[in-house]
Amino acid sequence: MTAAAPRTVRSLLLLAPLLVFLLAFFVWPLFSMMSQSVSDTAVLRLLPRSAEVLAGWDRTSPPTLPMQQALMEDLRAVDDDQALGDMVRRLNSARSGFRTLMGKTTSALGDTDNPPADLVSIDKRWGKPEFWLAIADALSPLTDRNLLAALDLGRNAAGEIEHLPADQSVNSVILVRTFWIAALVTFFCAAIGYPYAIIAASLSGWKRDLMLAAVLLPLWTSLLVRTAAWFILLQEQGLINDLLRWLRLIDAPLPLIFNRTGVIIAMTHVLLPFMVLPIYSVLITIPKNLMPAAASLGAPPLRAFLRVLLPLSLRGVASGGLLVFISAIGYYITPALIGGPGDQMISSIIAFYATGSANWGMAGALGVVLLVATLLLYSVYARLSADEPGRR
Amino acid sequence: MKTILKSGILAAAALALSASLAAPSFARDLTVVSWGGNYQDAQREIYFKPFAEKTGKPVLDEAWDGGIGVIQSKVKAGAPNWDAVQVESEELALGCADGLYEKIDWDKMGGKDRFLDSAVNDCGVGAIVWSTAIAYDGDKLKEGPTSWADFWNVEKFPGKRSLRKGPKYTLEFALLADGVPKDEIYDVLGTEEGVARAFKKLDELKPNIVWWESGAQPLQFLASGEVAMTSAYNGRITGINRTEGKNFKVVWPGSIYAVDSWVVLKDAENKDAAQDFIAFASEPDNQAKLPEFVAYGLPVKEAAAKVPEKFAKDLPTDPANMTDAISLDVDFWIDNAETLTQRFNAWLAQ
Repeated sequence: MTAAAPRTVRSLLLLAPLLVFLLAFFVWPLFSMMSQSVSDTAVLRLLPRSAEVLAGWDRTSPPTLPMQQALMEDLRAVDDDQALGDMVRRLNSARSGFRTLMGKTTSALGDTDNPPADLVSIDKRWGKPEFWLAIADALSPLTDRNLLAALDLGRNAAGEIEHLPADQSVNSVILVRTFWIAALVTFFCAAIGYPYAIIAASLSGWKRDLMLAAVLLPLWTSLLVRTAAWFILLQEQGLINDLLRWLRLIDAPLPLIFNRTGVIIAMTHVLLPFMVLPIYSVLITIPKNLMPAAASLGAPPLRAFLRVLLPLSLRGVASGGLLVFISAIGYYITPALIGGPGDQMISSIIAFYATGSANWGMAGALGVVLLVATLLLYSVYARLSADEPGRR
Repeated sequence: MKTILKSGILAAAALALSASLAAPSFARDLTVVSWGGNYQDAQREIYFKPFAEKTGKPVLDEAWDGGIGVIQSKVKAGAPNWDAVQVESEELALGCADGLYEKIDWDKMGGKDRFLDSAVNDCGVGAIVWSTAIAYDGDKLKEGPTSWADFWNVEKFPGKRSLRKGPKYTLEFALLADGVPKDEIYDVLGTEEGVARAFKKLDELKPNIVWWESGAQPLQFLASGEVAMTSAYNGRITGINRTEGKNFKVVWPGSIYAVDSWVVLKDAENKDAAQDFIAFASEPDNQAKLPEFVAYGLPVKEAAAKVPEKFAKDLPTDPANMTDAISLDVDFWIDNAETLTQRFNAWLAQ
């Protein structure tokens, strides 16, 4: 026991850089992203008096004078522009129009020479219950609205969960599409990468080096450059179409860009190394004499492959497939540049909320949905690969 | 003993590494951010380089594609790594309301009277008046489109179209194509039926639209023949004609103009130098050089007067170009951008 303690301390010290790295760059960002998606304090923090008064409101009748006075008092007390901005953004996201309404209201309240009697006299929109409803709904410190909205759900006026209209929210469609594109890319990577890895592993000397370099070189080129190169190759007046037309194989240019075909081609190329390398590393550990041994026992080549080489190398295919799939579901640049509007993946929606509208709660919620879906798939993979015959 | 030594060295190395990460970096040079492409190339020649020579300090320049979230994350993280940024009008309005920008020192800029009214803001100084308009290749289309209705007419003008991905401009253009008079665009768009009408009109053209996101893309599409006509920033259209000898035409009726402004990010390291830079870029003599490179209108009145006639006719501020153009309604978009973008994304994905 006493001898073990210093050893533990020492090994912890050795691990310290890793642990610090994990905490700082993995656990903490993940945690803060998740908490962004459910925390909803932007309004409550600035409107404590209104929160008390609004608790007694019946949610349908026009706003009473005490409600308006409480809100005016709260707004006068705000001295932090950025906090005010957070609140206005939160409210405008629930009800369009709060931006200009709040701008008008705060500047009217700042006019000390002739102070307004009530809010309705500043802007008649304050007389509408909808705007007060948006405030009342934003007063609880925790919310499920982002998570619900990420799944195309929302609460109606009575507080029941219901589907959002199909013309307003299509996150689930895009999420399914994301997984479908990732699955297709994984399939094509395996279909191309597996034979490639077998040939590379069966060669030796400079031939093997050449084949590996052909996989590794693109990996060292920036993703953006490779995507831009595909853009040039695939476009209507691009190299591929020009060549096909020169060869008289086609009359009109093939639509290769701004559609699913282009996205799949480019993503398969970009992600291929992640499939080839794990398979290759498994293949070179398989003893070379196994296939001749199978043949000497009378197995024809196909049977020997199916019974010996394939089961032994499946582990590489599985880990390559997982790598490719998980990288593919987060793809952003390639679908954005090569794809059409029907090929955008969930990351483009997340990017819109994160950078376009600064709605980090929604970006976090979509991230959580993606994370949970990925973890579910990973657990399926883990279960499948545990039963797989190649693993001992 | 050896292992203890080793772990000691490792721990020390880790400490040194984390210390070097945490230590304040060297003072950053003034960083100016604009919209890239030939526009920023021009700005580099007439603003960035001369200002660096004048002050004797380097000026870094970066490009961005807009988005209030980008600015917000930089400011909220503390010590933003950009100083002066050129923003679109609604990023100016949103960021100013949210306290993301420094207040402008208007005395430094030479007083508010020097500028067009629309270029004056507590948080921003107008940099250019720019326009989004239809562009087409005059060498390929002898008789080109003259309105948004023509843009929608794929029988008369076969070929694909390109529009900026997002509801802003797109919905306005759809309503114009549907015959809504230019003065009623935002009244119609303010109603649920108006929004539905715009999306219905967009449905007609949807199979033929290629969407663009950064300002250089539409002209690439046009140059490569990928699309027959596109919406584009007017300055880039004229710019590519001058630099690459293209014959791209601008359709002014139905174009939408707006003011881009310089802002200084809140608590930026070089915020004073950034204000000096903006003052430098607002000097009439400096600003008057811009139209020679890119055809954007000038918000400093004295500078606009100095522009030679041959360049002035290409500017959005030219009276002939302004007649049938529309001014972007910033208030409408700061209220409705989020819901309409959600709806637009949903429409795109269907």
